[in-house]
Amino acid sequence: MSEIEGIYAVWLREAKIYIREKERLISSVISPLLWIFGFGAGLGSTVEKISGYPYQIFIYPGIMVMTVLFTSLFYGVYIIWDRKLDFLKEVLVAPISRASVFAGKMLGGATDAMVQVVYLIIIGFFISIPFTPLVILEAFLMLLLISIAMVSIGLVIGANLKSPEGFSLVINFVMWPMFFFSGALFPVSNLAPWLSAVTYINPLTYGVDAMRGIILGINHFPILLDAGVLVLFAAIMMEIGILSFRRM
Amino acid sequence: MVIKTEALTKTFGKITAVNELNLEVNEGEIFGLLGPNGAGKTTLISMLCTILKPTSGRAWVNGFDIVKEQGKVRKSIGIVFQQASVDDLLTGRENLALHNLLFEVPKAVRSQRIDEVLSIVNLEKRADDFVNTYSGGMRRRLELARGIMHHPKILFLDEPTLGLDPQTRDHIWDYIKDLAQKECMTILLTTHYMDEAEQLCDRVAIIDYGKIVALDSPVALKKKIIGDVVSLKQKTSDIERIRKLDYVIKVEEKEGVLLISIKDAGKHLQDLLLNTGPIDFVEVRRGTLNDVFLHYTGRDIREAEAEGGFWERVMKR
Ligand SMILES: Nc1ncnc2c1ncn2[C@@H]1O[C@H](COP(=O)(O)OP(=O)(O)OP(=O)(O)O)[C@@H](O)[C@H]1O
Ligand SMILES: [Mg+2]
Repeated sequence: MSEIEGIYAVWLREAKIYIREKERLISSVISPLLWIFGFGAGLGSTVEKISGYPYQIFIYPGIMVMTVLFTSLFYGVYIIWDRKLDFLKEVLVAPISRASVFAGKMLGGATDAMVQVVYLIIIGFFISIPFTPLVILEAFLMLLLISIAMVSIGLVIGANLKSPEGFSLVINFVMWPMFFFSGALFPVSNLAPWLSAVTYINPLTYGVDAMRGIILGINHFPILLDAGVLVLFAAIMMEIGILSFRRM
Repeated sequence: MVIKTEALTKTFGKITAVNELNLEVNEGEIFGLLGPNGAGKTTLISMLCTILKPTSGRAWVNGFDIVKEQGKVRKSIGIVFQQASVDDLLTGRENLALHNLLFEVPKAVRSQRIDEVLSIVNLEKRADDFVNTYSGGMRRRLELARGIMHHPKILFLDEPTLGLDPQTRDHIWDYIKDLAQKECMTILLTTHYMDEAEQLCDRVAIIDYGKIVALDSPVALKKKIIGDVVSLKQKTSDIERIRKLDYVIKVEEKEGVLLISIKDAGKHLQDLLLNTGPIDFVEVRRGTLNDVFLHYTGRDIREAEAEGGFWERVMKR
């Protein structure tokens, strides 16, 4: 019981801080808007329809994944700040296990990301994405899974680095390749062989594919394969994350 | 033995912060760690509370190995860190509530404990304000409240009263003494306030360069090292003769004044004055822990100016 309370305590702290840090809240509303309307609408006017959908709608699932990716990965930087400002010590000497501390932090990051997902779904209604309650539920769960995997990567990097600057540097090397080679902005079929090889080993590709399948009905891989790859990947990252937290 | 270390060592690159340190603290004891800045006090405490891994050596807290049984050690301890670790964007009460959850305080007593510690540190009125609106001393008080709230078996306090006003210090020490007695809590604290150590601690260890240089009760240390201090100005100074008297512990000269430590002023003062010859001025005071501290660590800056520190002596040659 006490471990669950510990996880709850760590999560609660993250959630409260998230709500109280205005910059964090504002940027989480604005950045998805920019992507959908700036990128989707702008580029969409020059690109033809893909698989029967306007470009803005075609990339909507990709933008969702991307928003979750960015927020989740960057969330890892807060652990560095916590450590710098000594907030973390209190948690590290607590009698709860490091796995629970990790779980609490991870859920905290996933909460940040999922709040953005809610905004995105609301925006989705305005640009006539074909939503049904079931689609929304499936999309939500899939994005949660992606978020858990990505927050774990962020926390692993955060737990192993000492400076926020170092974190941004490393995270950019992780984030942009993952994003560009995920098929978020273009379909995975008919790519050059080397490019498709890169996309196939990128776990995010399966997330984007699953989301596109759920929302638009366009699948490149079977959805079970997508989900399986992501679950496996998330499990591995969580394991590494817990190990990193133990060494902290 | 509630805390025991064996040749405990921690190095940071070239710096040896804690150097093969052996220490034993008994149950229910209030034990003080004294030492100049950088002596290794915080490093020692960090190892004992499992947030730093020792480079070598071993230690047990509440009978548990600090490396192999970290979980059990953490269940036995409470700590107030030297650096603030309360959350700015939470209120005082929220900080305490989180601590309740993290440190497994039984549900039934949670809100009662919060009120209890808030009243001890006099923060009831500000409890629902964000911590970033607190003054430095108020943060410190909140931190203290948090450290004692879960009634740990062993409490580590790293300069707990730094920056607190005398009223709050008094209040807090009364409460802590009380806790130590009632709950048989063991307290390991560091402080730079010698009066505090003298008043509170059953035993103190003076640490310098990561090693213990003296360890005893404050009373015994004072008796052994300083005794009573007689300062006097005399016309004919024959320091060697004074030094040879059997009750004289040590003699120093500072700005023309002789500082003579003697074992028992009540008994030997008259004899001492016979030996010094005519004097201009005399003053007797009891030795303090401060004197003991300076005796062992001897890095007082004024000292260096008056008598010539190491570098000045080197430069003269
Ligand atoms: N993380 C660290 N990295 C490098 N050196 C460190 C680190 N922590 C402490 N030190 C060094 O170890 C030595 C002991 O430091 P420590 O903080 O334990 O001293 P202290 O006795 O607590 O001093 P103070 O009274 O100033 O709090 C110092 O020389 C310090 O510079
Ligand atoms: Mg210190």
